[in-house]
Amino acid sequence: MSGSAIQVEGLSKRYWLDQRPRERYVALRDVLAGAAKGFARRLSGRGGSATRDEFWALRDLSFEIPRGEAVAVVGRNGAGKSTLLKILSRIVEPTAGRARIRGRVASLLEVGTGFHPELTGRENIYLNGAILGMRRAEIRRKFDDIVAFAEVERFLDTPVKRYSSGMYVRLAFAVAAFLEPEILVVDEVLAVGDATFQKKCLGKMGEVTAADGRTVLFVSHNMSAVTQLCRKAIWLKGGRLQAVGDAATIVRDYLAHDAEQVAERTWDWPSDGPRQAPGDDRVRLLAGREYQDAELSGVIDINRPMEIEVEFQVLRPVRDLIAGCTFTNSLGTCLFNRCDWKPNQLGPGRYRKRLLIPAQVFAEDRVSVLIQLVFYDPDVGSVLQPDILHFETVDSDAESPVRGHFKGVWPGVLRLGLPWADAERIPDPAVP
Amino acid sequence: MLEPELVIEAGRTERQYWRDLWRYRELFYFLAWRDILVRYKQAAIGIAWAVLRPLMMMAVFTLVSRRLKLPEGGVPYPVLICAAILPWQFFASAVAEAGNSLVENANLLTKVYFPRVIVPGSAVIVSLVDFLISTVLLAGVMAWFHVWPTWRIVAMPLFLALAFAAAAGLGLWFAALNAKYRDFRYALPFLIQLGLYASPVLYLSSLTPEKWRLLYAINPMVGVIDGFRWSVGAVDFHWPTFLVSCASAALLLFSGVQNFRRMERGLADLL
Repeated sequence: MSGSAIQVEGLSKRYWLDQRPRERYVALRDVLAGAAKGFARRLSGRGGSATRDEFWALRDLSFEIPRGEAVAVVGRNGAGKSTLLKILSRIVEPTAGRARIRGRVASLLEVGTGFHPELTGRENIYLNGAILGMRRAEIRRKFDDIVAFAEVERFLDTPVKRYSSGMYVRLAFAVAAFLEPEILVVDEVLAVGDATFQKKCLGKMGEVTAADGRTVLFVSHNMSAVTQLCRKAIWLKGGRLQAVGDAATIVRDYLAHDAEQVAERTWDWPSDGPRQAPGDDRVRLLAGREYQDAELSGVIDINRPMEIEVEFQVLRPVRDLIAGCTFTNSLGTCLFNRCDWKPNQLGPGRYRKRLLIPAQVFAEDRVSVLIQLVFYDPDVGSVLQPDILHFETVDSDAESPVRGHFKGVWPGVLRLGLPWADAERIPDPAVP
Repeated sequence: MLEPELVIEAGRTERQYWRDLWRYRELFYFLAWRDILVRYKQAAIGIAWAVLRPLMMMAVFTLVSRRLKLPEGGVPYPVLICAAILPWQFFASAVAEAGNSLVENANLLTKVYFPRVIVPGSAVIVSLVDFLISTVLLAGVMAWFHVWPTWRIVAMPLFLALAFAAAAGLGLWFAALNAKYRDFRYALPFLIQLGLYASPVLYLSSLTPEKWRLLYAINPMVGVIDGFRWSVGAVDFHWPTFLVSCASAALLLFSGVQNFRRMERGLADLL
């Protein structure tokens, strides 16, 4: 059958800033106190209502997805990808606009939603299946296949709290893999599980779109999975539609352009406003920037070199000034730190230092950068600014990536392109 | 084959809601099943707990009331108390669990769609199962004191239904308030505690002055507890209070559902 499976027209979602995740709940106490204050203010004749800032997570989004197509949604964190999926999954309501969906939808924003640790694998399969919208008869029919796919036969009657994390994820994904909706909405759920299983899941997903003509909407930061699974892609930027088209083209453009804002932080000096450069009477940090291919970029291709630039103002003659950068991944694990131990003897003025990071260092992740300016002797810090810069690292389709041609999750917090020496022939004692 | 078309737009979910509730009826069952299963996983402790709690309450109340020399009515005091404690316990735990259910299942609610009323609804069902188990206690106490049930006992499910409606109504109110105002949960146990004294658990509702009696019956648990006591042959039936309690429970349920529906649309943004 032809026609569109998902048709989105002018879809918008507004959040009031006090609803955003940072301050995510209202205390009754504050509401009562606020009401009392407001009443007092009205009595005293001073008007002035507190203004709330609005934030559009999605703004006037329109697109159409034909039946049987696998479409990826790409964009930076906060571009509105998750909001879009949540609206299409009916978890949140749009503020304006509409989406028409033709066919049964299953959304997979997380694997193992509703799993209860005290329940056994068998019980959780039923529970999770029901939560994902399967009927009891349907679960019973697919039960054996699910168990076989997850490879947990022996542990079916063990509470899942005793499962290893790998088993847990396998079981959770297996239930989802046997959903048979006409439209499947998948968030970054593939970011879990071990590599082999990962590959099996990606394979299963590719298989369903190809064979059953199922429509898939797929959000991922794994660009190789995107290009491998989807023919088309939607690029969101700041809640708006940036481009729609061929997945390979969109991914390339997204990697190349969608980054400026997180790639640079600047401060003013001299100044005493909120943008005053951090530091002390010796040195002030003016800017931090990240570059790739001589361009500011917040999305870094891990297969090409990049640079961190630190700009600072020296206020009085100094020696032993040391610049340092610490790189931390999204789990808060410190990846590495690099200090510059040169005895920088500098007079007053503006300076720039660059740290060169070769290709094939980072893994796919979100990396935050701490910048410090310290003195060696005496051992004091002038500037220590965590989370100055953020960048998303993506694995492009390079000539020879560390992952080779493997498309699943690659282990490790770093992805070092260390050299393997060629195979050398060594004497074999069995052969005279 | 005609495919279902789903339209998502602001305010639209209203129209599909009750149809969805029917479609998701199995989930209703599964969520209640999960909570019951988890609670009774350590079977002995779980079941004992359902009976032990009201038993201890009954023991304490009986001692207190002996001291206070409260009138007994037609049946021994423990029976009188037990017939009140069981429905009260059901009501209190249903309201408390339904009230906390949304926040406790926040993870579920922000990841999948289903009619949200299922969550507090299944919490009430779980309390109902506890209640059914604890009726063993009532039967035991009645047998011990040689109070034999008359035909009146068959009316008990009716009063249970009244308690169910009141608990679901109030539970929905509290669930909505709890999701919206996160500090509400500190007020919840206190409110339930107050409810205990505002309901005729420790005393007989006939002790209230006649002119206040109808006003008093606005608390639907007055009708429920009086009904339970009447079923075991302890008190006379008082139609006016019963009708007021029924109306009050119906209003509570109706307004609870309405308010919950209003809040539900923005729920995932709140959690």
